[in-house]
Amino acid sequence: MTTKKESSESTYTKRFDGRKFDELREIETKIGVIPEADGSAMYRSGKTIAIAAVYGPRKLHPQHMQNPQTGILRVNYDMMSFSVPDRKKPGPNRRGQEISKVIEWALSQCIDLESFPNTVIDVFIYIPQADAGTRVAGINAASMALAHAGVPMREMASAVAVGKMDKTIVADVCKEEEDYEEGEGATDIPICVLSRSKQIALLQLDGKISITELKEAIEMAKKACEKIHEIQVNTLKGAK
Amino acid sequence: MENNRKIITPGETIVSGEEFLPGDGTRREKEDIVAGRYGLADISDKLVRVIPLSGTYTPRRGNVVIGEITDVLFNGWLIDFGGSGSGFLSINECERFVNKDELQETFDFGDLIVAKVIGVKAKGIDLTVRMRGLGLLEGGSIIKVNPNKVPRVIGKEGSMVNTIKEAANCEVTVGQNGLIWLASDEIENEIKARKIIQFICDNSYVEGLTEKVKEFAGALK
Repeated sequence: MTTKKESSESTYTKRFDGRKFDELREIETKIGVIPEADGSAMYRSGKTIAIAAVYGPRKLHPQHMQNPQTGILRVNYDMMSFSVPDRKKPGPNRRGQEISKVIEWALSQCIDLESFPNTVIDVFIYIPQADAGTRVAGINAASMALAHAGVPMREMASAVAVGKMDKTIVADVCKEEEDYEEGEGATDIPICVLSRSKQIALLQLDGKISITELKEAIEMAKKACEKIHEIQVNTLKGAK
Repeated sequence: MENNRKIITPGETIVSGEEFLPGDGTRREKEDIVAGRYGLADISDKLVRVIPLSGTYTPRRGNVVIGEITDVLFNGWLIDFGGSGSGFLSINECERFVNKDELQETFDFGDLIVAKVIGVKAKGIDLTVRMRGLGLLEGGSIIKVNPNKVPRVIGKEGSMVNTIKEAANCEVTVGQNGLIWLASDEIENEIKARKIIQFICDNSYVEGLTEKVKEFAGALK
């Protein structure tokens, strides 16, 4: 009887940084951080920093990649070598390429690519400092940078990484939580929600989770994304 | 004028109501007029549109642009003016007779020209130089500004350009794509004009800009 009671309670009762379970880390945003780019933005969530630069729509080379039906979105995500405690070898790697691709799919949901055929929009996302949730920080920065660049968009994208530490569902996981090992361990779920249609543009899952818990996690992510979207909008409106 | 203009973000509802019409950069979703890009919302009469604050240049018919010759073809030239596509200038749109075998005699690679947009099609942008003030640019200097600030540099019916011309004693040609050509006998005048244009771009949201520019130009002497 006692063992059963123990297993139904989560071992993760208090967060490492003292936040509430649905509380986000401190967010700081800025636009126009890269003057040479057509649009740029910085997004900081706790210790995770992402900067994004947008170029285009511009002519696509090589020419055989051009599509007369629609424009193309190219995303390049990379972590800087000093962004993590153990130096990351600079340059593209398997992980970076995969994340570039999923961000590309997520962002292409909200951009009107059909309105500029034969062209490309280049998005560069760099992570100068990483503390978990870099891809969602990248999406948030890129979404603001795209809007700042005047790209025709249907809506904006906001993303957050929700997680499950043992049996507790938390929003915006940090690195310490990502490495949580007690009980059922940690599950990391990055989710991207579009601002108007509330559609989910990205959902990845690393770990184990039951269906009911996943539903709960998605609900939490949707609420968190609304807050993030509000911050994104306020930043864009605050600029002259 | 300032009251009904506010900055809006993509996906935001600008106004709600069946009587409004969606203009540039907006779309209708049931009752609502929704912004399709980042910019200033402008509601004039019942027409709602978004005035872009940033972004690359989108060519329109009638625009005067400054561009560089990037390719010489058998029947014309390709011109890059910083937009998403490249412009095409046919030899039929040249004022003088052009020998088909010697197109480079008229415009060569790397030459800068002033041209007018006569058509925007899916295939490309057609240009002409058959008008006064258009054609090859010789001498002078080129500066680049944000294409969305070009209307400020030109002013109402060219008033700002005339101010710059008078103040700096310098010939000024403004391309809608954000390139500006300055030419004067004295290099100091060109530098002065450049400073004034920079001032306009930095203070483009200030009210009574023309007066401020005159003040600034006077202080330069």
